[in-house]
Amino acid sequence: MKQRPAADLSGLPSFGLGPRSPTWWGTLGFMALEGMGFALAAGAYLYLATLWPNWRLSAPEPNHWPGTIVTLLLIVSLVPNHLLNRYAKQCAIGPVRIGMAVMSLLGSVPLIVRWFEFPALNIYWDTNAYGSMLWVLLGLHTIHLITDVGDTIVLTVLMFTRHAYSGRRFGDVGDNVFYWDFVVLTWIPIYLLIYWVPRLG
Amino acid sequence: MSSADLTSERDLPPEREATAKGDVAPERDGPRDTGMDDASLHRWLARTWRTPPGIIGALSSVDHKVVARRYLITAFGFLCLGGLNAVAMRIQLSGPQRGLIGPDLYNQLFTMHGVTMMFLFAVPIVQATGIYLVPLMVGSRNIAFPRLNAFSYWIYVSGGLFAWVSFALAMAPDVGWFAYVPLSGPEFSPGKRADVWAQMITYTEVSSLAVAVATIVTVLKQRAPGMSLDKIPLYVWALLVTSFVVVFAMPAVMITSTFLILDRLVGTHIFNPAEGGDALLFQHLFWFFGHPEVYIIFLPATGMVSAIIPAFARRPAFGHLGLVLSLIAVGFLSFGLWVHHMFATGLPKLGASFFTASSMLIAIPNGVQIFCWLATLWDGRPVIRTPLLFVFGFFFIFVIGGLTGVMLASVPLDLQVHDTYFVVAHFHYVLIGGSVFPLLGAAYFWFPKITGRMMSERLGRWHFWLAFIGFNAAFFPMHLVGLWGMPRRVYTYPAELGWGNINLFITGGAVLFFLSFVLFAFNLVHGALKGAPAGDNPWDAGTLEWATSSPPPSYNFARIPIVTNVEPLWAEREALPVATGLRVDVRELLISTVAEAHPDIREKSATPSIWPLFAAIAVGGTFLYSIFTPWAIVWGAAPIAITLIGWFWPKDTPEDEE
Repeated sequence: MKQRPAADLSGLPSFGLGPRSPTWWGTLGFMALEGMGFALAAGAYLYLATLWPNWRLSAPEPNHWPGTIVTLLLIVSLVPNHLLNRYAKQCAIGPVRIGMAVMSLLGSVPLIVRWFEFPALNIYWDTNAYGSMLWVLLGLHTIHLITDVGDTIVLTVLMFTRHAYSGRRFGDVGDNVFYWDFVVLTWIPIYLLIYWVPRLG
Repeated sequence: MSSADLTSERDLPPEREATAKGDVAPERDGPRDTGMDDASLHRWLARTWRTPPGIIGALSSVDHKVVARRYLITAFGFLCLGGLNAVAMRIQLSGPQRGLIGPDLYNQLFTMHGVTMMFLFAVPIVQATGIYLVPLMVGSRNIAFPRLNAFSYWIYVSGGLFAWVSFALAMAPDVGWFAYVPLSGPEFSPGKRADVWAQMITYTEVSSLAVAVATIVTVLKQRAPGMSLDKIPLYVWALLVTSFVVVFAMPAVMITSTFLILDRLVGTHIFNPAEGGDALLFQHLFWFFGHPEVYIIFLPATGMVSAIIPAFARRPAFGHLGLVLSLIAVGFLSFGLWVHHMFATGLPKLGASFFTASSMLIAIPNGVQIFCWLATLWDGRPVIRTPLLFVFGFFFIFVIGGLTGVMLASVPLDLQVHDTYFVVAHFHYVLIGGSVFPLLGAAYFWFPKITGRMMSERLGRWHFWLAFIGFNAAFFPMHLVGLWGMPRRVYTYPAELGWGNINLFITGGAVLFFLSFVLFAFNLVHGALKGAPAGDNPWDAGTLEWATSSPPPSYNFARIPIVTNVEPLWAEREALPVATGLRVDVRELLISTVAEAHPDIREKSATPSIWPLFAAIAVGGTFLYSIFTPWAIVWGAAPIAITLIGWFWPKDTPEDEE
C-alpha cells in the first residue's frame, strides 16, 4: 500500500517514567491480579469465619506483637521509599544508590521478624481450617515479600554497575517503589484479618 | 547507503547529544527512517528485527507472530487430542452396555476432554489469535513485554505435556474438569491424579495471565498515532475486555487449585467440613473463575465476528459504540453469574433469585451485539464467503445455546435437568457455537495474512456444511436424551432405558463433526502449500493488519501508520499516512498516550533471548516437582531466581541500555 509521511516522531524522548511507560502499566496489571488473589483468599477466610458460629474453632488467640512490629516496619519504610522515588525521577545516581541499599535493608528486616510471626499464630496449618487460612494468608504475603525483596536486591546491585546510567533503569527504580507500596498496602488488611478481626466477636 | 553498511555489526554513528536528564548517559543516536528509500529501510529493519537463525535462535524468538503461530499450532494439536477423547467416548456410548471402555478410563477421558478443550485449546487459541493480531491491528511492531509472551508459551506447552504424559501413564485426572471436593480431596482421590489437575491449572493460568497483561499494555500504550479510544477496532476492544476478565477471574482458579493441593499435600483443612472448612467454598471459588471463563472464550469470538462482518458486508459495523459498550457490560456482568452453576447445592432462595435475574440480564448486551451485526448485514451488500458462512452458523447455533441458557437460569428447570445431557447440549451449543464457529471463520479470514496464501473456498464450503450438520446432529438430540433423564458422565447405560438408538445417532453426528475437522486440517495444509497467493488485502478489509504484506515482515510495518478512521484503510484509499523518525538500527517502537494515542516515547522493544525458555523450565520443573513434595517450592526458588536474573540483566545492547 502506498504511504505518505504525515508526522515526525524523531523528537520524542527515548524513555518516560511512571504512567508514561509501558512497564508501569504492566506492574499495575500484575498488582491487579495479585490483589485479586489476596482479595479472594481473604474472602475465603471471611466465608469460613461467617459459616462457623464458633469461629477460631477454639484455637488460642494469636500473639499479635511480631505482626504489629512488621506492620510498623513496613509503614516506616514508606518514607525512604518515596524519597527514593523522588531521586529516581531526577535520575540522580548517587542518592538512588543509597536509597536502593536502604530499601533492600528495610525489606529484609520485616522478613526476619516474619520468621517469628508464624509460631506466634499459636496454631498449625493442619490443626483446623482456621489454622490453615491463617498460614495461607501469612504465607501468601510472605512469598510476596520475598519476591519483592529479591527483586529490590538485584536491582540495587544493578544500580552499582555501569548499566545504571540509563533512563530505563531509573524507570525500574520508580516501578520498584510503586510495587513496594503495593506490598505494604496488601499487608494492612491481612494483618487486621489475622490478628484483630477474630477478636471482634 | 550501501549494503556494506548493513552487513557490518551494529555500526552506530558518533554520539549525538540527546535531551539527557540527571545521570542518564546521552542516547547514542542511530540512523532514522526519515527520508530513507524503501529498499534500504527494509534491509535495515529486517536485520534489526529478525529472529536469529538456528535452533537456539528459534528458541529465543520474541516475535509476537512467531510465538502466536506456535500457540496456534499447539492449540490445534490439543483440539485434535480433545476431539479424539470425545470420539472415543461417543463410540463407547453408541449402544447400551458396550464394553470398549471401562469406567476408570472413561472418567479420565471426560476429564481430559474438558480440561484439554477449556485450558489447552479454547483459552490459549483465542489469546494466541490476539497475540498475532492485536499488535498488527493497533499498528505496532511487537507485543508489549515480548519475552514475557515467549515465556507464557513455554509454560503453556509444559502444562499441556504434563497433562497428556500423565494420561499416557494412566494417571490423568479423573474427577471432572471442575474437580469438585470432596471427590478430588485427599480422602476420596488418593494417588496423584487430582494433583495433576491442580498443577496443570497453575501452568495454564500463569501462561494466560501473562498474555493478558501483555495484551492490555499493548492496547493501552502501543496504539498507532491517532487511534484514540473510539477508533480502536472492535476485535481489539474484545481482546482488551477479555484480558481484563482474565486478570480478575484467573486468580480465582489458581487460589482454588492451590487450596486443593495444600489440602491434599500438606494436610490443611480448607475444604474439609470436619475441621471447620467447607466443600462448597471450592465451588464458589471455582465458578467465580468458571463463569467468566465462558466469556473469556466467547468475547474474543464476538470480536472476530465484528471483524468479519464489516469486511464482507462492505460497510463499517453498525452501532460501533453499542458494540463496545456491550463488550464491557458482558465483561462486568460475567462476574455476577457464578452461582447459577450451583443451583443444585441448596442455596438460600433470595441468592438463587438474584443469580437467576443476573443470568437473564446478560442476555441483553449479547442481544444488542447480535442485532448490531444483523443491522450491519442488512444495510450492507453481503458477499457470502466461507468466513461469513461460519458467522451465520454462529448466529444459528449460539442463539439456540443462548435460549437454553435462559431456560437453565430458572432454578426449577435447572434442578430437573441438572447433570443431564440437556446441560451437555446447552454448553456445547454455547461454546462450539459461540466460540469454535467464529474461530473457524476467523481461520479462513486471517489465514491469508498469516501464510500469504488463500485456503480453498470450495473445500471451505464443504467444511462448513459438514461441520454445521455434524454439530447439530451430534448435539441437538442431547437436549432430548437429557430431558429423558440420561445423566452426563456415565460410561454406559442399560438397554431397557431405550436410549440406544438416539445415542447411535448422536455418535454418527459426532463422527461427521470430527470428519469436518479432518477436512479443515487438509484445507489448512493444502492452502499453506498450494493456495493461491493472497496479496496484502485479499478481502479489501479496512483494519491495519491488512496494510502490511502477507505474511507480515518481522517488523510488521516499515513505517508506523497514522489512524484517521475506525476502518483506516477504507478512509485512506490513495495513500496511508505514516509517521517517520524512528531509529532503524535498534528495535524501536512507538509508545502513545492511553486515551488519545498521541505519540509520546520512542521505546526500545526487547531483543530475542533464550532466558524465557530457561525460566519456563525452572518454573515448570518446580510445579511438576511440587505434586510430590512441598519442598519443591524451596528447591525450585534458586533456579527460578537465577533464570529470572539472567532474563532481566542488561545485555549491552542499545535496547537494554538506552
